Amino acid sequence: MFDDRSPIYQQIADKIKEDILSGALGEDEQVMSTNQYASFYRINPATAAKGFHQLIEEGVLYKRRGIGMFVSPQARDKLLAERRDRFFEQVVDAVVSEARMLGIPLSDVVRRIEGGR
Amino acid sequence: MTLAIEADGLTLRYGDTVAVDHLSLRLDGGKIYGLLGRNGSGKTSLLAAISAFRRATSGTVTVGGAVPFENAAITRQICFVRDRVDAQDQDRVRCVLQLARRLRPNWDQGYADRLIKRFDLQVNKRVGALSRGGKSALSVVLGLASRAPVTIFDEAYLGMDAPSRYAFYEELLDDYIANPRTVIVSTHLIEEVDKLFEEVMIIDRGRLVAHEETDTLRSRGVTVTGPSAAVDRFVAGHTLLGEQRLGGTKAATIYGELSDGDRAGARSAGLELGPMGLQELFVHLTKDREPAR
Repeated sequence: MFDDRSPIYQQIADKIKEDILSGALGEDEQVMSTNQYASFYRINPATAAKGFHQLIEEGVLYKRRGIGMFVSPQARDKLLAERRDRFFEQVVDAVVSEARMLGIPLSDVVRRIEGGR
Repeated sequence: MTLAIEADGLTLRYGDTVAVDHLSLRLDGGKIYGLLGRNGSGKTSLLAAISAFRRATSGTVTVGGAVPFENAAITRQICFVRDRVDAQDQDRVRCVLQLARRLRPNWDQGYADRLIKRFDLQVNKRVGALSRGGKSALSVVLGLASRAPVTIFDEAYLGMDAPSRYAFYEELLDDYIANPRTVIVSTHLIEEVDKLFEEVMIIDRGRLVAHEETDTLRSRGVTVTGPSAAVDRFVAGHTLLGEQRLGGTKAATIYGELSDGDRAGARSAGLELGPMGLQELFVHLTKDREPAR
C-alpha cells in the first residue's frame, strides 16, 4: 500500500486527494476517522492524523467538532486547478525534453497530439 | 495516564562487557516506540533497566519521574515480555494467566480470552511443554491483556510464524487505538512493523545512534547516484554511510537532512536522489565499520 518514496503521512494525504479528484469522495462527504484509517491500513494513528491535519491546513478537509472530518466544498475544483498548473510543468515539459533528447521535431509531437500521424 | 521514560548516562555492565554505554534518552510516553538494534546491541539490557529487572551500573533511568528498581508502585505499571515466559516449566499456562490477572490492575479477562482463542494458546499445557510459537503466544497474551501503562515487547514474536506475527501486529495496533498507552517493541524484523511506530530508536553497541519520528528518520537516508566526480562533490559535507562504484558511476548513501536547494542542485548536476527504506538505513547505521566522518 505505502512505499518508501515519501513520508507515509504525505502518501495518505495524496491518496485522499486522488479520491476527491476521481469523485470517489464527494464534497461535504465524511471521510474515515484517523483511527479507522490507521486500523484499516495498519499504520500508526499519529501518522494518519498528520496526513489528515495537512489536508485540513490546506483547506481540502474541514472538521466538525465531535462528528468528524468532511471534504470541503470546492476542494475538487481547487485540486483540479493545482493539477492543471502542474500538468504543463510535469507532463508536457518532460515530453518536450525527452523529444529533444531523441531528436524528434516538436512539430511531429504537436501533429501527433492533434490526431494526425 | 502517561508515564515518561528518561535515561541519563545510563550504563549497564556485566563483568567486562558494557551492554549499555552512557545512554541518554527521553520518551514522552503514550506512543508506540520501535527499538531497533542488532543482536547484542544492548536492546534487552536497556529494556530490562526500564522494567526494573536490572539495576543501572551507573547513570539513571526513571519512569514517571521515579527510579523503577525495587519500586513496586512503578513496576506494577510496567509489563515486560519476551519470547520466553518468566515462569517455571511445570506451571500450567492457565495458572500463569491467573497470576497475571491477580497482579495486573488493568487486566482485561474478556480480551485475554479472545487472544487465547486467536493465538490458539493451549491453556491446559505446562509452560515447558509449549512449542516456541506457543511460548511467544503466551507472552503476547500477557503483554496485551495486562494493558499496563508501559508495555514492552522484547522480540516477543521470535517464536511465531508469519501469520501469527501479523495477527499480533493487528491486535497491538487495534488495542493501542482503543486503549492508548506507552508501548515499546524491540525488533529486527523492521519492514514488517515500521509503519506501526510513531518514533524509532536505533541502538548500536550500547549507544543510541538515532531517535526520531519514524517518517523523519525514513527521510534521512538518501542514495545519490551519478557520475563519480559529481557524486563526490555533492556528498562532501554530508555523513557518508557507504558507497558503491560501477565504472564511472557511483552510488553513495548519505544520512542527514537535504534542503530543497540541495535537491535542486543534485538534479541540475545530473544526480539521481533515491529514498531508502528504514531497514536499509538501519543496516547502514549499524554495520561493522569505523564511525562515519
